[in-house]
Amino acid sequence: MADKKFEPLIVGILCNWCSYAGADLAGTSRFKYPENIKIIRVMCSGRVDPLFVIKAFKEGADGVLVSGCHPGDCHYIDGNIKAMRRETLLSKLLEDLGIEKERFKLTWVSASEGEKFVEIVEEMTNTLRELGPLNLEGGEKIV
Amino acid sequence: MSKLKLAVYWTAACGGCDVAILDINERILQVDEAAEIVFWPLAADPKYDDVKNMPDDAIDVCLLHGAIRNSENEEMARVLRQKSKVMIAFGSCSAFGGIPGLANFFDKKEIFERVYRESESTAGKAGVYPSPAVIVPEGELTIPEFYDTVLTLDQVVEVDYYVPGCPPAVDTIWTALEAIITGELPLRGTVIAGVKTLCDECSRKKEEKKITEIKRPMEVEIDPERCLLEQGIVCCGPATRGGCGARCTSANMPCRGCYGPTDHSIDQGAKLVSAIASIIDSKDPEEIKKITHLLSDPAGTFYRFSLPGSMLRRKRKEDVS
Repeated sequence: MADKKFEPLIVGILCNWCSYAGADLAGTSRFKYPENIKIIRVMCSGRVDPLFVIKAFKEGADGVLVSGCHPGDCHYIDGNIKAMRRETLLSKLLEDLGIEKERFKLTWVSASEGEKFVEIVEEMTNTLRELGPLNLEGGEKIV
Repeated sequence: MSKLKLAVYWTAACGGCDVAILDINERILQVDEAAEIVFWPLAADPKYDDVKNMPDDAIDVCLLHGAIRNSENEEMARVLRQKSKVMIAFGSCSAFGGIPGLANFFDKKEIFERVYRESESTAGKAGVYPSPAVIVPEGELTIPEFYDTVLTLDQVVEVDYYVPGCPPAVDTIWTALEAIITGELPLRGTVIAGVKTLCDECSRKKEEKKITEIKRPMEVEIDPERCLLEQGIVCCGPATRGGCGARCTSANMPCRGCYGPTDHSIDQGAKLVSAIASIIDSKDPEEIKKITHLLSDPAGTFYRFSLPGSMLRRKRKEDVS
């Protein structure tokens, strides 16, 4: 499956207070990271409805990265804990639907962790390059 | 005034919806007074050609129950659409896939392997698979072609109204039939059932939802008064359309989700992940994992009736490129 030319599309849903600021820091620090990730800012990782993740896959994403504040640092006390609970159950559901667990990730990146953000995006991009496209379309009778 | 022409047909379904129509009891006489049943394989003896020979729009209302999973289902759905002024997706199978839709966790090959080779009850020569056409000395015999993916009715033809339920509750059926008889049908595309979730009409006592364990109904003695979710039993109420009269929860069983998603949610499974995961009472990742893993089949539980109609429609096919 490993097509050399394949470039995965990753949808990154980042929380306003930590991870988005972390990604911003990576940018202002002139760190390079793969352009495969398309970032969407939300107020809190707890705002991320499992539907957003499923919809991203449906619309052509090869991977979805949700990132929030470290546990205990949430701007809204425990929004990220709620994200953590959903992530566990959603990963299991996605696996049952044939979507590998490498394609959906929840990470914690603080506003000062620009470098960590770069590492996460690089690692995920490389993993997905190996894994190949998601290709949800198909099935002889999907109209 | 000429009588209303009514058709009832089944595709991939169990026939429970037909029985449910008869469950309206003596009110069936009112239906009989107002309508003439022109096609109903379960109750009368019409032939496919009778329908095919009708002029277009000859049927006023067609209640079609069942999912679409083979070429015969699809052909009849198309014929009936052409002959009917109003097409109603009746029951969960037709509206969003229903129980046959669970086959979308597999594909045709896996299903055939299981049924015609591995199954303990396979008699005779194992591994003989049905094929759409076979040549015998007398000529060619054909059967419908089995599809890889189960489809909802509206993925094949245009649908005017939806009546969900497995089977639809008597009151839901009567609301629909009354609307048909009086000609006061709602806006096209309406789901004829409740607008709020099941929780809204469930009379159980609801307090704070926090669970540290997920249990199956047969593992506990269920408190008949208290919210089932609070007792650790997975209930699909928070993300399922109401209108059924909470028949399961009042019989001390959790909601299975047969009325499908509400108008405001397009994917029942995703909403249930959100609802069930949010009440897990733990901040420790390991403990959360432990509690989550007590639920053995989340996808099958949350999409029990709605997989083909959900956002992803089926399990991803590995071999497509």
